[in-house]
Amino acid sequence: MPVAASENRPVVAILDYGIGNLHSAHKGFAAVGADAQLTDDPKIIAEADGVVLPGVGAFGPCMQALRDHGLDSVARERIDAGVPFFGICIGMQVLFAGSQEAPGENGLGIFPEMVRELPDTVKRPQMQWNRLVTESDTHPMLEGLGDDPWMYFVHSYAAEPNPYVVASCDYGTDVVAAVARDNVWACQFHPEKSGLAGLRVLANFVDTLRTRG
Amino acid sequence: MTLRAIRVIPCLDVDHGRVVKGVNFVDIRDAGDPVELAIRYDEQGADELVFLDITASSGERDTTVDMARAVAEQVFIPFTIGGGIRVVDDARRLLRAGADKVSINTAAVKRPELIAEISREFGAQCCVVAIDARRSDTASGFEVYTHGGRTRTGIDAVVWAREVERLGAGEILLTSMDRDGTRDGFDIALTSAVSDAVNVPIIASGGVGTLDHLVDGVVAGGADAVLAASIFHYGEHTVAEAKETLLAAGVTVRPPGA
Repeated sequence: MPVAASENRPVVAILDYGIGNLHSAHKGFAAVGADAQLTDDPKIIAEADGVVLPGVGAFGPCMQALRDHGLDSVARERIDAGVPFFGICIGMQVLFAGSQEAPGENGLGIFPEMVRELPDTVKRPQMQWNRLVTESDTHPMLEGLGDDPWMYFVHSYAAEPNPYVVASCDYGTDVVAAVARDNVWACQFHPEKSGLAGLRVLANFVDTLRTRG
Repeated sequence: MTLRAIRVIPCLDVDHGRVVKGVNFVDIRDAGDPVELAIRYDEQGADELVFLDITASSGERDTTVDMARAVAEQVFIPFTIGGGIRVVDDARRLLRAGADKVSINTAAVKRPELIAEISREFGAQCCVVAIDARRSDTASGFEVYTHGGRTRTGIDAVVWAREVERLGAGEILLTSMDRDGTRDGFDIALTSAVSDAVNVPIIASGGVGTLDHLVDGVVAGGADAVLAASIFHYGEHTVAEAKETLLAAGVTVRPPGA
Protein backbone atom coordinates (compact mmCIF):
# COMPACT_ATOMS: atom_id res chain seq x y z
CA MET A 1 0.00 0.00 0.00
CA PRO A 2 1.51 3.32 -1.00
CA VAL A 3 2.68 5.43 1.89
CA ALA A 4 1.53 9.02 1.88
CA ALA A 5 4.23 11.38 0.71
CA SER A 6 5.40 13.66 3.46
CA GLU A 7 6.57 17.19 2.83
CA ASN A 8 10.15 16.04 3.09
CA ARG A 9 10.64 14.13 -0.13
CA PRO A 10 14.32 13.27 -0.55
CA VAL A 11 15.51 13.00 -4.13
CA VAL A 12 16.40 9.42 -5.04
CA ALA A 13 18.24 9.06 -8.33
CA ILE A 14 17.54 5.67 -9.88
CA LEU A 15 20.31 4.93 -12.33
CA ASP A 16 18.83 4.35 -15.79
CA TYR A 17 21.22 2.31 -17.87
CA GLY A 18 18.59 1.25 -20.36
CA ILE A 19 18.04 -2.41 -19.59
CA GLY A 20 15.63 -4.28 -17.38
CA ASN A 21 12.41 -3.23 -15.76
CA LEU A 22 13.64 -0.20 -13.84
CA HIS A 23 10.17 1.27 -13.56
CA SER A 24 9.15 -0.96 -10.68
CA ALA A 25 11.95 0.39 -8.50
CA HIS A 26 11.00 3.90 -9.57
CA LYS A 27 7.36 3.38 -8.60
CA GLY A 28 8.33 1.68 -5.35
CA PHE A 29 10.46 4.59 -4.17
CA ALA A 30 7.78 7.05 -5.23
CA ALA A 31 5.22 5.08 -3.23
CA VAL A 32 7.25 5.44 -0.02
CA GLY A 33 7.51 9.19 -0.34
CA ALA A 34 10.72 9.81 -2.27
CA ASP A 35 11.09 12.19 -5.17
CA ALA A 36 12.23 9.31 -7.38
CA GLN A 37 13.96 10.18 -10.64
CA LEU A 38 14.91 7.63 -13.25
CA THR A 39 17.99 9.19 -14.83
CA ASP A 40 21.44 8.83 -16.35
CA ASP A 41 22.17 12.55 -16.01
CA PRO A 42 25.35 12.97 -13.88
CA LYS A 43 24.18 16.39 -12.73
CA ILE A 44 20.89 15.08 -11.31
CA ILE A 45 22.70 12.12 -9.78
CA ALA A 46 25.30 14.39 -8.17
CA GLU A 47 22.61 16.46 -6.50
CA ALA A 48 20.42 13.55 -5.35
CA ASP A 49 20.11 12.71 -1.66
CA GLY A 50 20.45 9.00 -2.42
CA VAL A 51 21.34 6.81 -5.38
CA VAL A 52 19.76 3.49 -6.37
CA LEU A 53 21.21 0.93 -8.77
CA PRO A 54 18.38 -1.43 -9.75
CA GLY A 55 18.51 -4.22 -12.24
CA VAL A 56 17.44 -7.49 -13.72
CA GLY A 57 19.30 -9.52 -16.29
CA ALA A 58 22.87 -10.70 -16.38
CA PHE A 59 26.10 -9.44 -14.80
CA GLY A 60 28.05 -8.89 -18.04
CA PRO A 61 25.44 -6.90 -19.98
CA CYS A 62 24.68 -4.89 -16.85
CA MET A 63 28.32 -3.80 -16.37
CA GLN A 64 28.59 -3.12 -20.10
CA ALA A 65 25.47 -0.93 -20.05
CA LEU A 66 26.70 0.94 -16.97
CA ARG A 67 29.96 1.71 -18.77
CA ASP A 68 28.17 2.71 -21.97
CA HIS A 69 26.18 5.27 -19.97
CA GLY A 70 29.23 6.38 -17.99
CA LEU A 71 27.41 5.33 -14.85
CA ASP A 72 30.08 2.99 -13.46
CA SER A 73 32.33 5.93 -12.59
CA VAL A 74 29.38 8.06 -11.47
CA ALA A 75 28.27 5.30 -9.09
CA ARG A 76 31.76 4.81 -7.70
CA GLU A 77 32.19 8.54 -7.23
CA ARG A 78 28.89 8.91 -5.31
CA ILE A 79 29.77 5.94 -3.11
CA ASP A 80 33.21 7.42 -2.36
CA ALA A 81 31.52 10.73 -1.52
CA GLY A 82 29.55 8.95 1.21
CA VAL A 83 26.14 9.37 -0.42
CA PRO A 84 23.62 6.67 0.63
CA PHE A 85 23.60 4.08 -2.13
CA PHE A 86 21.29 1.10 -2.64
CA GLY A 87 21.91 -1.78 -5.07
CA ILE A 88 19.08 -4.17 -5.96
CA CYS A 89 19.47 -7.68 -7.46
CA ILE A 90 21.98 -7.37 -10.32
CA GLY A 91 22.57 -3.87 -8.96
CA MET A 92 23.82 -5.60 -5.82
CA GLN A 93 25.93 -8.15 -7.67
CA VAL A 94 27.86 -5.54 -9.66
CA LEU A 95 28.98 -3.95 -6.38
CA PHE A 96 31.16 -7.04 -5.87
CA ALA A 97 34.55 -7.74 -7.43
CA GLY A 98 33.22 -9.93 -10.21
CA SER A 99 30.94 -12.83 -11.06
CA GLN A 100 31.23 -16.40 -12.19
CA GLU A 101 28.54 -15.43 -14.71
CA ALA A 102 30.92 -13.13 -16.59
CA PRO A 103 34.53 -14.25 -16.17
CA GLY A 104 37.01 -11.46 -16.79
CA GLU A 105 34.40 -8.75 -16.26
CA ASN A 106 35.18 -6.56 -13.25
CA GLY A 107 32.45 -5.37 -10.94
CA LEU A 108 32.63 -2.11 -9.03
CA GLY A 109 34.51 -3.83 -6.22
CA ILE A 110 32.86 -2.04 -3.30
CA PHE A 111 32.64 -5.48 -1.74
CA PRO A 112 35.83 -7.49 -2.41
CA GLU A 113 34.16 -10.90 -2.72
CA MET A 114 32.87 -12.68 -5.82
CA VAL A 115 29.39 -13.58 -7.05
CA ARG A 116 28.87 -17.30 -7.67
CA GLU A 117 26.25 -19.54 -9.24
CA LEU A 118 23.70 -21.14 -6.90
CA PRO A 119 24.48 -24.82 -6.21
CA ASP A 120 23.31 -27.29 -8.86
CA THR A 121 21.29 -29.16 -6.24
CA VAL A 122 18.51 -26.54 -6.44
CA LYS A 123 16.28 -25.20 -9.21
CA ARG A 124 17.83 -22.20 -10.89
CA PRO A 125 16.79 -19.47 -10.90
CA GLN A 126 15.44 -19.26 -7.41
CA MET A 127 12.10 -17.72 -8.39
CA GLN A 128 10.01 -17.54 -5.25
CA TRP A 129 9.42 -15.77 -1.99
CA ASN A 130 11.87 -16.77 0.71
CA ARG A 131 12.25 -16.00 4.40
CA LEU A 132 15.13 -13.82 5.48
CA VAL A 133 17.36 -14.97 8.29
CA THR A 134 18.68 -11.79 9.80
CA GLU A 135 21.83 -11.17 11.79
CA SER A 136 21.33 -10.66 15.52
CA ASP A 137 21.69 -6.88 15.35
CA THR A 138 19.01 -5.72 12.98
CA HIS A 139 20.49 -3.45 10.35
CA PRO A 140 18.53 -0.22 9.69
CA MET A 141 17.72 -1.65 6.23
CA LEU A 142 15.53 -4.28 7.87
CA GLU A 143 14.09 -2.26 10.72
CA GLY A 144 10.41 -2.79 11.48
CA LEU A 145 10.20 -6.05 9.56
CA GLY A 146 9.86 -8.47 12.45
CA ASP A 147 11.75 -11.70 12.89
CA ASP A 148 11.25 -13.44 9.59
CA PRO A 149 10.28 -11.17 6.73
CA TRP A 150 9.58 -12.81 3.36
CA MET A 151 10.92 -11.30 0.17
CA TYR A 152 10.65 -12.11 -3.55
CA PHE A 153 13.79 -13.48 -5.21
CA VAL A 154 14.62 -14.07 -8.88
CA HIS A 155 18.26 -15.01 -9.38
CA SER A 156 20.68 -17.75 -10.37
CA TYR A 157 23.81 -16.18 -8.87
CA ALA A 158 24.54 -14.80 -5.41
CA ALA A 159 27.39 -13.16 -3.53
CA GLU A 160 29.69 -15.54 -1.70
CA PRO A 161 29.64 -15.38 2.12
CA ASN A 162 31.27 -12.19 3.34
CA PRO A 163 31.64 -10.03 6.47
CA TYR A 164 29.01 -7.53 5.30
CA VAL A 165 25.99 -9.86 5.34
CA VAL A 166 22.94 -8.48 7.16
CA ALA A 167 20.49 -11.16 5.98
CA SER A 168 20.57 -14.49 4.23
CA CYS A 169 18.04 -17.07 3.09
CA ASP A 170 18.01 -20.84 2.83
CA TYR A 171 18.17 -22.10 -0.76
CA GLY A 172 20.40 -25.13 -1.12
CA THR A 173 22.87 -23.30 1.03
CA ASP A 174 22.95 -20.08 3.02
CA VAL A 175 22.32 -17.56 0.26
CA VAL A 176 23.45 -13.98 0.84
CA ALA A 177 20.28 -11.90 0.70
CA ALA A 178 21.45 -8.47 1.86
CA VAL A 179 24.73 -6.73 2.63
CA ALA A 180 25.71 -3.32 3.96
CA ARG A 181 28.99 -1.46 4.23
CA ASP A 182 28.98 2.11 5.53
CA ASN A 183 26.79 4.14 3.15
CA VAL A 184 26.20 1.25 0.76
CA TRP A 185 23.20 -1.07 1.14
CA ALA A 186 22.35 -3.86 -1.25
CA CYS A 187 19.89 -6.71 -1.49
CA GLN A 188 19.57 -9.74 -3.74
CA PHE A 189 15.77 -9.83 -3.43
CA HIS A 190 13.39 -7.37 -5.09
CA PRO A 191 12.00 -5.07 -2.38
CA GLU A 192 9.94 -3.31 -5.06
CA LYS A 193 8.15 -6.64 -5.69
CA SER A 194 7.90 -7.89 -2.11
CA GLY A 195 4.65 -6.31 -1.02
CA LEU A 196 4.45 -4.32 2.20
CA ALA A 197 7.61 -5.89 3.65
CA GLY A 198 9.58 -4.83 0.59
CA LEU A 199 8.19 -1.31 0.63
CA ARG A 200 9.33 -1.08 4.24
CA VAL A 201 12.92 -1.72 3.11
CA LEU A 202 12.63 1.08 0.54
CA ALA A 203 11.10 3.34 3.20
CA ASN A 204 13.97 2.56 5.56
CA PHE A 205 16.42 3.78 2.91
CA VAL A 206 14.41 6.95 2.31
CA ASP A 207 14.27 7.52 6.09
CA THR A 208 18.05 7.54 6.29
CA LEU A 209 18.07 10.28 3.65
CA ARG A 210 15.64 12.34 5.72
CA THR A 211 17.61 12.06 8.96
CA ARG A 212 20.80 12.76 7.08
CA GLY A 213 19.38 15.77 5.22
CA MET B 1 17.34 -28.39 3.59
CA THR B 2 16.19 -26.01 0.98
CA LEU B 3 13.30 -23.72 1.51
CA ARG B 4 10.94 -24.21 -1.40
CA ALA B 5 7.93 -21.98 -0.99
CA ILE B 6 4.91 -22.77 -3.14
CA ARG B 7 3.30 -19.73 -4.75
CA VAL B 8 -0.45 -19.15 -4.75
CA ILE B 9 -1.56 -17.20 -7.82
CA PRO B 10 -5.04 -15.84 -8.50
CA CYS B 11 -5.82 -15.48 -12.20
CA LEU B 12 -7.97 -12.66 -13.57
CA ASP B 13 -9.47 -12.48 -17.06
CA VAL B 14 -9.38 -9.00 -18.55
CA ASP B 15 -11.14 -7.58 -21.60
CA HIS B 16 -10.29 -4.06 -22.77
CA GLY B 17 -8.43 -3.46 -19.50
CA ARG B 18 -11.38 -4.50 -17.32
CA VAL B 19 -11.69 -7.64 -15.21
CA VAL B 20 -14.50 -9.87 -16.47
CA LYS B 21 -16.25 -13.05 -15.34
CA GLY B 22 -17.92 -11.72 -12.23
CA VAL B 23 -15.39 -11.29 -9.52
CA ASN B 24 -17.50 -11.07 -6.42
CA PHE B 25 -15.90 -9.62 -3.33
CA VAL B 26 -18.09 -8.15 -0.68
CA ASP B 27 -17.79 -4.39 -0.29
CA ILE B 28 -15.86 -3.93 -3.49
CA ARG B 29 -16.48 -0.63 -5.21
CA ASP B 30 -15.74 -1.70 -8.75
CA ALA B 31 -15.50 -5.43 -9.46
CA GLY B 32 -14.06 -4.71 -12.90
CA ASP B 33 -11.15 -2.58 -11.73
CA PRO B 34 -7.95 -4.60 -12.05
CA VAL B 35 -6.09 -2.32 -9.67
CA GLU B 36 -8.63 -2.64 -6.88
CA LEU B 37 -8.76 -6.42 -7.26
CA ALA B 38 -5.00 -6.71 -7.39
CA ILE B 39 -4.68 -4.72 -4.19
CA ARG B 40 -7.27 -6.97 -2.57
CA TYR B 41 -5.42 -10.13 -3.54
CA ASP B 42 -2.11 -8.62 -2.43
CA GLU B 43 -3.66 -7.93 0.98
CA GLN B 44 -4.87 -11.55 1.18
CA GLY B 45 -1.32 -12.77 0.64
CA ALA B 46 -1.27 -13.62 -3.07
CA ASP B 47 2.31 -14.30 -4.12
CA GLU B 48 1.82 -13.24 -7.72
CA LEU B 49 -1.01 -12.38 -10.06
CA VAL B 50 -1.77 -13.50 -13.60
CA PHE B 51 -3.89 -11.36 -15.91
CA LEU B 52 -5.20 -13.18 -18.94
CA ASP B 53 -6.08 -10.75 -21.71
CA ILE B 54 -9.09 -11.96 -23.70
CA THR B 55 -9.49 -8.78 -25.74
CA ALA B 56 -10.50 -10.11 -29.14
CA SER B 57 -9.02 -7.44 -31.36
CA SER B 58 -5.27 -6.91 -31.33
CA GLY B 59 -5.85 -3.30 -32.38
CA GLU B 60 -7.47 -2.63 -29.03
CA ARG B 61 -4.79 -4.02 -26.78
CA ASP B 62 -3.45 -0.60 -25.83
CA THR B 63 -5.98 -0.90 -23.02
CA THR B 64 -3.99 -3.85 -21.67
CA VAL B 65 -0.77 -1.85 -21.66
CA ASP B 66 -2.57 0.94 -19.80
CA MET B 67 -3.84 -1.63 -17.32
CA ALA B 68 -0.32 -2.98 -16.73
CA ARG B 69 0.85 0.55 -16.04
CA ALA B 70 -2.00 1.24 -13.61
CA VAL B 71 -1.44 -2.02 -11.72
CA ALA B 72 2.31 -1.45 -11.49
CA GLU B 73 1.73 2.00 -10.00
CA GLN B 74 -0.02 0.59 -6.97
CA VAL B 75 0.68 -3.12 -6.61
CA PHE B 76 4.07 -4.28 -5.42
CA ILE B 77 3.99 -8.00 -6.06
CA PRO B 78 5.01 -9.67 -9.33
CA PHE B 79 2.41 -9.95 -12.06
CA THR B 80 2.22 -11.69 -15.41
CA ILE B 81 0.18 -10.72 -18.46
CA GLY B 82 -0.77 -13.33 -21.03
CA GLY B 83 -2.92 -13.36 -24.14
CA GLY B 84 -2.41 -11.87 -27.57
CA ILE B 85 1.39 -11.58 -27.40
CA ARG B 86 2.62 -12.42 -30.91
CA VAL B 87 5.91 -10.61 -31.35
CA VAL B 88 8.77 -9.36 -29.16
CA ASP B 89 7.43 -5.83 -29.38
CA ASP B 90 4.13 -6.90 -27.74
CA ALA B 91 6.15 -8.27 -24.83
CA ARG B 92 8.34 -5.19 -24.68
CA ARG B 93 5.38 -2.84 -24.34
CA LEU B 94 3.88 -4.83 -21.46
CA LEU B 95 7.20 -5.21 -19.63
CA ARG B 96 8.01 -1.53 -20.10
CA ALA B 97 4.60 -0.66 -18.68
CA GLY B 98 5.50 -2.57 -15.52
CA ALA B 99 4.51 -6.22 -16.02
CA ASP B 100 7.13 -8.57 -14.57
CA LYS B 101 6.49 -11.45 -16.94
CA VAL B 102 4.62 -12.17 -20.12
CA SER B 103 2.96 -15.46 -20.94
CA ILE B 104 2.83 -16.73 -24.51
CA ASN B 105 0.83 -19.65 -25.82
CA THR B 106 -0.54 -19.97 -29.37
CA ALA B 107 2.14 -17.69 -30.81
CA ALA B 108 4.86 -19.89 -29.29
CA VAL B 109 3.39 -23.01 -30.91
CA LYS B 110 3.16 -21.25 -34.26
CA ARG B 111 6.68 -19.83 -34.05
CA PRO B 112 8.78 -21.38 -31.25
CA GLU B 113 11.65 -18.95 -31.84
CA LEU B 114 9.50 -16.29 -30.14
CA ILE B 115 10.37 -17.97 -26.82
CA ALA B 116 14.09 -17.62 -27.48
CA GLU B 117 13.67 -14.05 -28.67
CA ILE B 118 11.80 -12.91 -25.55
CA SER B 119 14.10 -14.86 -23.25
CA ARG B 120 17.23 -13.44 -24.86
CA GLU B 121 16.01 -9.88 -24.83
CA PHE B 122 14.42 -9.68 -21.39
CA GLY B 123 15.73 -12.73 -19.53
CA ALA B 124 14.19 -16.16 -18.99
CA GLN B 125 12.59 -14.95 -15.76
CA CYS B 126 10.24 -12.77 -17.85
CA CYS B 127 9.22 -15.53 -20.22
CA VAL B 128 6.35 -17.77 -19.20
CA VAL B 129 5.09 -20.31 -21.73
CA ALA B 130 1.48 -21.34 -21.24
CA ILE B 131 0.70 -24.89 -22.31
CA ASP B 132 -2.94 -25.91 -22.71
CA ALA B 133 -3.20 -29.70 -22.82
CA ARG B 134 -5.86 -32.37 -23.19
CA ARG B 135 -5.77 -36.13 -22.77
CA SER B 136 -5.06 -37.65 -26.14
CA ASP B 137 -3.23 -40.46 -27.89
CA THR B 138 0.17 -38.76 -28.18
CA ALA B 139 3.19 -40.42 -26.51
CA SER B 140 2.66 -39.06 -23.00
CA GLY B 141 -1.12 -39.21 -23.29
CA PHE B 142 -1.41 -35.41 -23.35
CA GLU B 143 -1.61 -33.18 -26.41
CA VAL B 144 -1.04 -29.44 -26.79
CA TYR B 145 -4.08 -27.40 -27.80
CA THR B 146 -4.14 -23.77 -28.90
CA HIS B 147 -6.72 -21.04 -29.38
CA GLY B 148 -8.15 -21.45 -25.91
CA GLY B 149 -8.32 -25.23 -26.12
CA ARG B 150 -10.20 -25.42 -29.42
CA THR B 151 -7.42 -26.35 -31.83
CA ARG B 152 -5.42 -29.55 -31.54
CA THR B 153 -1.81 -29.40 -32.65
CA GLY B 154 -0.68 -33.04 -32.71
CA ILE B 155 2.23 -32.00 -30.46
CA ASP B 156 2.86 -34.05 -27.35
CA ALA B 157 2.64 -31.90 -24.22
CA VAL B 158 5.69 -33.39 -22.48
CA VAL B 159 7.83 -33.12 -25.61
CA TRP B 160 6.68 -29.52 -26.01
CA ALA B 161 7.46 -28.72 -22.36
CA ARG B 162 11.05 -29.94 -22.83
CA GLU B 163 11.31 -27.91 -26.02
CA VAL B 164 10.09 -24.65 -24.45
CA GLU B 165 12.55 -25.12 -21.59
CA ARG B 166 15.35 -25.63 -24.11
CA LEU B 167 14.30 -22.48 -25.98
CA GLY B 168 14.52 -20.38 -22.82
CA ALA B 169 11.15 -20.41 -21.07
CA GLY B 170 11.63 -19.45 -17.44
CA GLU B 171 8.42 -21.04 -16.28
CA ILE B 172 5.52 -23.15 -17.61
CA LEU B 173 1.89 -22.32 -16.93
CA LEU B 174 0.26 -25.71 -17.44
CA THR B 175 -3.51 -25.86 -17.88
CA SER B 176 -5.58 -29.00 -18.24
CA MET B 177 -8.30 -28.09 -20.72
CA ASP B 178 -10.14 -31.27 -19.71
CA ARG B 179 -10.41 -29.99 -16.16
CA ASP B 180 -10.66 -26.25 -16.75
CA GLY B 181 -13.98 -25.05 -15.41
CA THR B 182 -14.97 -28.45 -14.00
CA ARG B 183 -13.95 -27.85 -10.37
CA ASP B 184 -12.86 -31.50 -10.24
CA GLY B 185 -9.27 -30.67 -9.33
CA PHE B 186 -6.03 -30.48 -11.30
CA ASP B 187 -5.19 -33.25 -13.76
CA ILE B 188 -2.49 -34.69 -11.51
CA ALA B 189 -1.15 -37.10 -14.12
CA LEU B 190 -0.57 -34.19 -16.50
CA THR B 191 1.00 -32.00 -13.81
CA SER B 192 3.42 -34.66 -12.64
CA ALA B 193 4.31 -35.81 -16.17
CA VAL B 194 5.40 -32.29 -17.08
CA SER B 195 7.02 -31.38 -13.77
CA ASP B 196 9.06 -34.60 -13.89
CA ALA B 197 10.23 -33.78 -17.41
CA VAL B 198 11.59 -30.26 -16.91
CA ASN B 199 13.54 -28.23 -14.36
CA VAL B 200 11.78 -24.89 -14.77
CA PRO B 201 8.99 -24.10 -12.31
CA ILE B 202 5.50 -25.40 -13.16
CA ILE B 203 2.35 -23.45 -12.38
CA ALA B 204 -0.56 -25.90 -12.20
CA SER B 205 -3.85 -24.63 -13.55
CA GLY B 206 -7.31 -25.81 -14.47
CA GLY B 207 -9.99 -27.46 -12.37
CA VAL B 208 -9.54 -26.15 -8.83
CA GLY B 209 -12.80 -26.46 -6.93
CA THR B 210 -11.62 -26.92 -3.34
CA LEU B 211 -8.62 -25.89 -1.29
CA ASP B 212 -7.54 -29.53 -1.02
CA HIS B 213 -7.09 -29.54 -4.78
CA LEU B 214 -4.28 -27.02 -4.30
CA VAL B 215 -2.54 -29.43 -1.91
CA ASP B 216 -2.91 -32.27 -4.44
CA GLY B 217 -1.34 -30.16 -7.19
CA VAL B 218 1.75 -29.61 -5.06
CA VAL B 219 2.10 -32.90 -3.19
CA ALA B 220 0.95 -35.34 -5.89
CA GLY B 221 1.54 -33.22 -8.98
CA GLY B 222 4.87 -31.66 -8.02
CA ALA B 223 3.77 -28.14 -8.99
CA ASP B 224 5.85 -25.15 -7.87
CA ALA B 225 2.89 -22.82 -7.94
CA VAL B 226 -0.88 -23.19 -8.04
CA LEU B 227 -3.21 -20.98 -10.01
CA ALA B 228 -6.92 -20.64 -9.46
CA ALA B 229 -9.66 -18.27 -10.48
CA SER B 230 -13.23 -19.00 -9.47
CA ILE B 231 -12.64 -20.23 -5.91
CA PHE B 232 -11.08 -16.87 -5.12
CA HIS B 233 -13.22 -14.61 -7.27
CA TYR B 234 -16.59 -15.67 -5.96
CA GLY B 235 -15.58 -15.09 -2.38
CA GLU B 236 -15.73 -18.81 -1.50
CA HIS B 237 -12.19 -18.76 -0.24
CA THR B 238 -9.51 -16.18 0.37
CA VAL B 239 -5.89 -16.62 -0.62
CA ALA B 240 -5.13 -16.62 3.10
CA GLU B 241 -7.41 -19.65 3.58
CA ALA B 242 -5.68 -21.39 0.69
CA LYS B 243 -2.34 -20.82 2.37
CA GLU B 244 -3.60 -22.04 5.74
CA THR B 245 -4.74 -25.26 4.05
CA LEU B 246 -1.38 -25.71 2.34
CA LEU B 247 0.49 -25.03 5.59
CA ALA B 248 -1.70 -27.52 7.47
CA ALA B 249 -0.78 -30.14 4.84
CA GLY B 250 2.91 -29.52 5.46
CA VAL B 251 3.51 -27.43 2.34
CA THR B 252 5.77 -24.39 2.80
CA VAL B 253 4.26 -21.10 1.70
CA ARG B 254 4.83 -17.48 2.57
CA PRO B 255 2.42 -17.28 5.52
CA PRO B 256 -0.56 -14.97 5.15
CA GLY B 257 0.23 -11.70 6.85
CA ALA B 258 4.02 -12.13 6.45
